[in-house]
Amino acid sequence: MIDYVWLIPVFPLVGFLINGLLGQKLSKNTVGAIGSGAVGLSFLLTVGIFLEYLKLPPQARPVEKVVYTWIASGAFQAPVAFLVDPLSLIMLLVVSGVSTLIHIYSVGYMHDDPGFYRYFSYLNLFVFAMLTLVGANNFLLMFVGWEGVGLCSYLLIGFWYEKQSASDAGKKAFVVNRIGDFGFLLGMFLIFWTFGSLNFREVFALAGNFPVGDLTITAITLCLFLGATGKSAQLPLYTWLPDAMEGPTPVSALIHAATMVTAGVYMVARCSALYVLAPISLTTVAIVGAGTAIFAATIGLAQFDIKRVLAYSTVSQLGYMFLACGVGAFISGIFHLMTHAFFKALLFLDSGSVIHGMHGEQDMRKMGGLKKKMPITYKTYILATLAIAGIFPFAGFFSKDEILFFSLVDGHLVYWGIATAAAFITAFYMFRSVFMTFHGEARWDPHVHPHESPPLMTVPLIILAVLSVVGGFVGFPIIEGLHVFRDFLAPSITPLKAAEHHSVTFEVAMMIFSMGVAGVGIYTAYKMYMVKPELPDKVVAKFPTVYDYVYNKYYVDELYDATVVEPIKDGSNFLWTGVDDQVVDGAVNGSAGFVAWLSAHLRKLETGFLSNYALAILLGVTVIVGYLLGYVG
Amino acid sequence: MQLPLLSILVFLPLAGIIVLFFLDRKNHKTLKGFTMAVMVVEFLFSLPLWFRFDNATAAMQFVEHYRWLPQYGISYYVGIDGFSLLLIMLTTFLGPICVLATWEDVQHRVKEFMICLLGLTAGMLGVFVALDLFLFYVFWEVMLIPMYLLIGVWGNPARRVYAAIKFFLFTMFGSLLMLVAILVLYFYAGKVTGTYTFDLLKMYGLNIPFHMQFWMFLAFGLAFAIKVPMFPFHTWLPDAHTEAPTVGSVILAAVLLKMGTYGFLRFNMPMFPQAAHYFVPLFSILALIGIVYGALVSMVQKDLKRLVAFSSVSHLGFVMLGLFTFNMPGVQGGIIQMINHGLSTGALFFIVGAIYERRHTRMIADFGGISTPMPIFATIFMIVTLSSIGLPGLNGFVGEFLILLGAWKTNWVYAAIAATGVIFAACYMLWMFQRVMFGEVTNPKNQVLQDLSQREIAIFVPLLIFIVWIGVYPGTFLDKTKATTANFVAMMEKAKDTSVSLSQVFKGEAR
Repeated sequence: MIDYVWLIPVFPLVGFLINGLLGQKLSKNTVGAIGSGAVGLSFLLTVGIFLEYLKLPPQARPVEKVVYTWIASGAFQAPVAFLVDPLSLIMLLVVSGVSTLIHIYSVGYMHDDPGFYRYFSYLNLFVFAMLTLVGANNFLLMFVGWEGVGLCSYLLIGFWYEKQSASDAGKKAFVVNRIGDFGFLLGMFLIFWTFGSLNFREVFALAGNFPVGDLTITAITLCLFLGATGKSAQLPLYTWLPDAMEGPTPVSALIHAATMVTAGVYMVARCSALYVLAPISLTTVAIVGAGTAIFAATIGLAQFDIKRVLAYSTVSQLGYMFLACGVGAFISGIFHLMTHAFFKALLFLDSGSVIHGMHGEQDMRKMGGLKKKMPITYKTYILATLAIAGIFPFAGFFSKDEILFFSLVDGHLVYWGIATAAAFITAFYMFRSVFMTFHGEARWDPHVHPHESPPLMTVPLIILAVLSVVGGFVGFPIIEGLHVFRDFLAPSITPLKAAEHHSVTFEVAMMIFSMGVAGVGIYTAYKMYMVKPELPDKVVAKFPTVYDYVYNKYYVDELYDATVVEPIKDGSNFLWTGVDDQVVDGAVNGSAGFVAWLSAHLRKLETGFLSNYALAILLGVTVIVGYLLGYVG
Repeated sequence: MQLPLLSILVFLPLAGIIVLFFLDRKNHKTLKGFTMAVMVVEFLFSLPLWFRFDNATAAMQFVEHYRWLPQYGISYYVGIDGFSLLLIMLTTFLGPICVLATWEDVQHRVKEFMICLLGLTAGMLGVFVALDLFLFYVFWEVMLIPMYLLIGVWGNPARRVYAAIKFFLFTMFGSLLMLVAILVLYFYAGKVTGTYTFDLLKMYGLNIPFHMQFWMFLAFGLAFAIKVPMFPFHTWLPDAHTEAPTVGSVILAAVLLKMGTYGFLRFNMPMFPQAAHYFVPLFSILALIGIVYGALVSMVQKDLKRLVAFSSVSHLGFVMLGLFTFNMPGVQGGIIQMINHGLSTGALFFIVGAIYERRHTRMIADFGGISTPMPIFATIFMIVTLSSIGLPGLNGFVGEFLILLGAWKTNWVYAAIAATGVIFAACYMLWMFQRVMFGEVTNPKNQVLQDLSQREIAIFVPLLIFIVWIGVYPGTFLDKTKATTANFVAMMEKAKDTSVSLSQVFKGEAR
């Protein structure tokens, strides 16, 4: 079965082609079945390959399958080829699995949308690109998926293209991602001219010959990380992700929470062999990750749009993953990537279920008391919230705790302090969203009649809820040998240093502490939004300036507009009207005018006497021929 | 017996012109139908070139060599290699598509229009196959006149004469310098070797002294740089593109601009290799300015055609940057990018033409929300846009990537600056696309727009096929250019070894 690994991305590609070309003529059920079925097949095949891989003897791992040579020029070779190793298998499983659930959910969610077939063809195209990204065996094919998911993100954010804000958001996402891709491109050139290959395994094997701190490797990893900050919405390129919420909610769940935005983390973990050689880059990754984690979390405090809360939470959680990578805990980063995929996809799908049941309302101030009306949505949302808050034994607990642990023992007290503070804030604003949405009195508009979603939508919720509860146990800490996840993934990752043994007491103490922090966060939210609902307003009134900054997302968008976007537009206008029209073309027209002026005067030389002309010609010819002969000679 | 394929390709359109003279000028259907038939036959005759082309050799193929004016060393000498094959295929491939696009667009002086079209085709193919400098120059000039007429007669009434004359004078100016250079070369070759000849391949091995190469390179280079066009010789292009009829813009962008880049590859670099090495920084930097400057100016255009025209300046900057790397990825990328630009920008001009036919305006502000009334058009436009901004999986990426990869080897700063063009391309294309296609339909005139007809879809489908083909499986095309490029790169490499000493000699002389 492993020989057919290339079929994993091909199924959704076929789904895209069928739905894209013929979808308009097919019934909605057929379109939905083709879209979901294609991704489902990819998932089943991935599971089959995963099981087969487990049976392979160690010397037969990993497996590479070349499909064909894509671009070849001189010494440069880039094939379409796939790498089957633990890391890619985990990613393929997560992506195809979560995608399948979200496709099924979408059949219910998008049922009344006139662009139904367009939606499913884009969604299939996305899965194709994402599976290519994580399955590729070389940087260039990875880049194909990398830009491909960016394209689908653009198409799906701007899915309701008649809305100005939606098409603006789509364009912003594409352009900001392109800034990151610029870094990825430069990184690739540097890799090729340094190692003579873009194949992961060849490059990583050769990298072993370089000393720690090598400047070229540092440059490569920093360039690649620029790409990661774009795709994974980190400082300073995170601004597109909150706007991306303009897209349909299942898209936010799939692309802007569970899969695409984690591509940057995947890439850094994939290149662990390079990053461990570049301390400067690792520090950069850790600082950016920790900074983003706390920065985005604070913005999440003051949002009222339920999807925006989740969006900033995603940015913040991605920061955690990068922090993990930055301190060398790549496996913990990937672990959190996986558990986050479960619970964040669930949170978004739940919010979609709420929005669906509330006829499109997204403002939490107009919700409240939905607990009874939407029991399944409510319960699953609670489970996911407990997971993201890091409460034992939910999935997020295991992964987040690991990151906090490693940020202290392999990182720095400051990292740990920031990450713990962010954990507190996360627990707080997530429960704030629970209380505002599902508890308290009903604040919805009179014409709204909230209702639970149909089974097509709730069944995926339940499956994801189960995963959010038990998904963390694959990475059970403390007891040796129970961390299945770490042991499985280890062959794909180059460790920063040899594994150390830590005292169990210390680990348990850390866990209890971090749970305590989360508990305080939850309690504070309970106090503020359930017991004393007037408290938030008082707090706001006390710190108006701080609140203004947080509420307006620190005015970062405005800052970028003023310092980057507008100057480029003004500069371009100047280049056009000032330089191009006046100077460059002005010179052209000016010389034409000069010739006209000159000829008006030279006309007077036209005497009409033949002998005058003959003399002039003779002189001219003599000069030219004489010069040519002299020149040639 | 071997058919003289290249001669057939060059002279078939001319024969077509003669027949056109005798057709009824009022019967537009017949005129267009006949021209269509000629173009189709032309394309069919070019197919054997593709299939019988030997990928393994860098030597000229399908060579025909006849004495023409032997007393002056002028011969009818044609042949093709990996540099010209793709461009010839592009030209013959676009022929029928262009005729199809005139079906409703061109309604007056149809006969003359078709004559121009065929004449242009003959001239362009002639330029690509000529291996004799004199013959080349003849075709070069032949090509100029029909294009001048296309702009001047069938262009936009308001400014067509200005644009046509500007185009003509710019090109003439460069051509004349080139003519002088050709003559100097002729006399020099005669003096050194004893035989006076315009044979291009003989010029390759001349070992011209550096100081002479220097001036010859500039003389030829100016003619070609204007054609490309390279900054700062580009200002004729926006005017010519904007005023030309749709098909004129398409041919201008797709093929005529490639005369410049092809010229560098076929004439400048092999004949004056040491000078070419010497000029790498100058031309690379001009190319970079073109890439960034073209993209930025493109961003703020209000007229769709001008926007596409400036984007051409940017894209051709990439091509020039690639050619001046003198390494495999750079040069092969440059060649494939010539084809890519022909397909993508050609398609873009067809796209602008399609909505211009409907609304008689090219102003971006007059549109908005067109996706709703024209979904098929929207899909095609989107794919072409993505191709133009170099999305992996479509053609543009393959070219840009190889060029940047090659440029990195020359000087990483060049590649880094050029790569910003990739960001800007996304800005100007997507912003334009958004303003034209997205949003609500505010203008009532746009609400009733008809989606593409079958005929129009037939124009785009072949272009789209190759846009995807080159993106997914570029090997088909890269293989054709491999041997020729490898030979070229080796030759340039050899020249580099001697260039240092020669330039020192030159400096010594100059003192």
